[in-house]
Amino acid sequence: MATTEVHPASEPARWAYLDRIRTRPGPFTNPDSFDGKVVAEAMENMKILVIGAGGLGCELLKNLALSGFKDIHVIDMDTIDISNLNRQFLFRQTDVGSFKAEVAARFVERRVKGVKITPHNCKIQDFDEDFYMQFQLVVCGLDSIEARRWINAMLVNMVDEEVEDSYKPLIDGGTEGFKGQARVILPTVTSCIECQLDMHAPRAAVPLCTLASIPRQPEHCIEWAHVIAWDQEKPFPDLDKDDPEHITWLYQKSLHRAREFNIPGVTYSLTQGVVKNIIPAIAATNSVIAAACCNEALKIASNCAPFLGYPDNNYMMYSGNDSIYTYTFRHERKDDCPVCGTLARPLPDIDQAWTLRDLVDSFAARPEAQLKKPSVRAEGKTLYMQSPPSLEAQTRPNLDKTLVELGLVDGQEIGVTDPAFATVVFKYRLKFKS
Amino acid sequence: MTEIVMSQTPPILHGPSEKERKYDRQLRLWAASGQAALESANMLLVNSGAGTVGSETLKNLVLPGIGRFAIYDEAEVSEADLGVNFFLDDSYLGKSRSRGVTELLLELNPEVEGSWYPNEGVRTLDALLAGSQVFTVIMYTHPIQPEQLSQLEAYGQKHRTPLVAIHSAGFYSFFQINLPGAFPIVDTHPDETAATDLRVLRPWPELVSFAEDLTKSIDDLDNFEHGHLPYVVILLHHLEQWKATHDGKYPATYKEKTEFRKIVQAAARTNTPEGGEENFDEAAAAVVKTLVAPSLPSGLKEVFEYEHTDPVEQSSGFWVIADAVKRFYETHQCLPLPGKVPDMKAHSRVYIQLQNIYKAKARKDAAEILEMVQATPGGQHVDPAEVDLFCKNAAFVKLINATGWGSDAETPRIDRLRSVAAAEFAADASAELTLTPLSHLPIYLALQATAHLPASQPPAVGAILSAIAALVPGAERNERVVQAAHEVARAGAGELHNVAALTGGMVAQEMIKIVTKQYIPVDNTCVFDGVEGRCQVLRL
Ligand SMILES: [Zn+2]
Repeated sequence: MATTEVHPASEPARWAYLDRIRTRPGPFTNPDSFDGKVVAEAMENMKILVIGAGGLGCELLKNLALSGFKDIHVIDMDTIDISNLNRQFLFRQTDVGSFKAEVAARFVERRVKGVKITPHNCKIQDFDEDFYMQFQLVVCGLDSIEARRWINAMLVNMVDEEVEDSYKPLIDGGTEGFKGQARVILPTVTSCIECQLDMHAPRAAVPLCTLASIPRQPEHCIEWAHVIAWDQEKPFPDLDKDDPEHITWLYQKSLHRAREFNIPGVTYSLTQGVVKNIIPAIAATNSVIAAACCNEALKIASNCAPFLGYPDNNYMMYSGNDSIYTYTFRHERKDDCPVCGTLARPLPDIDQAWTLRDLVDSFAARPEAQLKKPSVRAEGKTLYMQSPPSLEAQTRPNLDKTLVELGLVDGQEIGVTDPAFATVVFKYRLKFKS
Repeated sequence: MTEIVMSQTPPILHGPSEKERKYDRQLRLWAASGQAALESANMLLVNSGAGTVGSETLKNLVLPGIGRFAIYDEAEVSEADLGVNFFLDDSYLGKSRSRGVTELLLELNPEVEGSWYPNEGVRTLDALLAGSQVFTVIMYTHPIQPEQLSQLEAYGQKHRTPLVAIHSAGFYSFFQINLPGAFPIVDTHPDETAATDLRVLRPWPELVSFAEDLTKSIDDLDNFEHGHLPYVVILLHHLEQWKATHDGKYPATYKEKTEFRKIVQAAARTNTPEGGEENFDEAAAAVVKTLVAPSLPSGLKEVFEYEHTDPVEQSSGFWVIADAVKRFYETHQCLPLPGKVPDMKAHSRVYIQLQNIYKAKARKDAAEILEMVQATPGGQHVDPAEVDLFCKNAAFVKLINATGWGSDAETPRIDRLRSVAAAEFAADASAELTLTPLSHLPIYLALQATAHLPASQPPAVGAILSAIAALVPGAERNERVVQAAHEVARAGAGELHNVAALTGGMVAQEMIKIVTKQYIPVDNTCVFDGVEGRCQVLRL
């Protein structure tokens, strides 16, 4: 098996190690889908998209450039902050303030000869289907679940059964502290990010009455300053969470409130962490997860070994807190997935005494929905629209009507849209509490 | 998920320093104490072969700011290096690889020092080991010359320096940590929910009277007061009532606890606007995990049973404190109270009072242990903060590598490998029935078989299998071992960048855990399979 000849593309001496693996079959290579003669050249002609040029993104660009991909695009709207430098190794102190995508692309192009990296300093939502159609593979290193859901919905909706090129595998990585996950989504074939949404349940929000009258934790004091005191006092026109002056104001407010209630533990660092929802991040974990993603990209692009997503497992969970533990498993597709399924997803525990406002407000915290600005339709009728303002004004009176008054019954199917997912209509079925 | 560590310093009104801003995302994981440990670390990488896994490991250690590193690597930069190693470029072709990697790594963090060998002044590994400040840890990559390995092992024994072997080839990799004797960790960062210890089955007088005061006329409380009783108080109140009707005994069996939970739930008022009471819901939900009699966790039991006779161990603060905690446990039949109270529905004032009762008891327990520590010979020098930390984490203290290695080991390493092999192959035979993932031992064997093979001689399947036969006789006939040998031969001693980067990430995590003595390191071998995308930890 291992004696088969090598079929290198350009610069055989430089890519000798890679070519040994990607152009020769091994004991686990599927002979029906593998053709070692064409792999190297095919990969050089592929166009691959990286979303995010942060902690994972820097690693992804390095890894893909050293995996034989030559035409890489990267999207990131952010600029470099000093707190990125402990892990985003393509950036230096002098790059602070510059666009991440731009700096990262130039650095990897300089270091790895022959690779072309095209930066896009903007949001993923600035591009349409035509843009995404040009890539053969999409790799995501994002910290926001919203952006993941957006690109997932885009790629699933792009699938046209008649057009083979319309299937774009999506590889997604995420980290938190010493933990992370890597997953492969083959749109409409495997479970998608929306199917797996419940694995990323939002943190339960602290009730407003706790913040307002019975704080017990330092976090309650900080949230009070952030949510209540800021709005009352408006010390600056708009809250900029990256402005130290703004954070200092919140910190002092929180500290004052904490002293009033004898609550210990408010610090500047905690204030910043709560207000910005900071997730701890280190180079080592990004290295693990980004490499796991790119390892799958190489296998998908070359078929030189079986990849996640087909036929069995599609998800690798990694934890490094207590020894090292990985759990690699198959997450099943859900027929009631609002993005890739056909059935409406049940929405349990609905109280029929609720007003439409209660229902609308509940979408943000529900693990199976997590929609912050939902507009609701039922049986072709618009019940509430967030925008445009004229329609919002027309439908606003419905918010105070109860579900029953609006004619919604147990088992009712409703359609929900959200500006964060322009084209997608989430289908849900209301299930009333007995 | 991950517990977030916050600075322990008293509130200051100015913002964070430049350095605190740069390291903010990691200080939330290992705090200033962990950072200080990293900054005083001096690491050596002995690099060889394709050479990438070592550079990737160091990248992940230079970024968070280790003090200094040295690279010993006899290779010169070749074309093949440029296709796999990000920390080299064309300008280094034909030059020392250790120099190229060192220079490009140093660009990542101006606060880190680095040096490269061999050079004009220091020509051999031996000379480097003899002439350097003591290394905190040493990492070496396979293949390694046997005489160099012996030098490193001798150094590790002499200076009690952890040694880490790393091997990455094609889709496969492993690393193996050799610690110098038993390695205790106090700051293990357990999951916050797991670490909650409310002691409702062992309340002390202050807690009892606090709960009694709040509940003595529980039925006369108005709805607001009733709906804000902390759930700990609700549990204590109903436990007293239960005891009164059950011969003074607490609910012990699962059935009794279920019954007790129903009693608690039924005590909630339903004539409220919400139709229930959140604090009673919290109390009912906490019954099963809170009504647990104090017991000795297995990790701490291992610490208590470990015979620490080594003079280095004798004089360490850890063992002095561990002995005191053991005596405390024997006297009180429970561990020192950690003192943390989770958030629960309550008035601010009542919650803070409750929190203070727990904190005061925790301080009292810690003071008792500190007194015992200070009465022990050598205990006068133990830092009271170390005692506090131990008391807070006592239930989660962990001992790694309790049975030692090398010449200290109870069983020679080769015997241990053979007995693990027998167990792993037996488990594989029934894996289909038990639905357990297949063993990665075949991968370990196939890589280990090429551990000393110079990179210039790509391994052949036959040679790999005969080397495996010498390690574990008979394993060379195992079908999965043969497959692994073919996969290793396919790589031809070359690395895939992704597998090197992934392995470098894991090793760096381990180095951080060992240097900061926080979180729990691998004990002792981790094998990665990039075909399946999965790790397995084996104790070899
Ligand atoms: Zn789906």
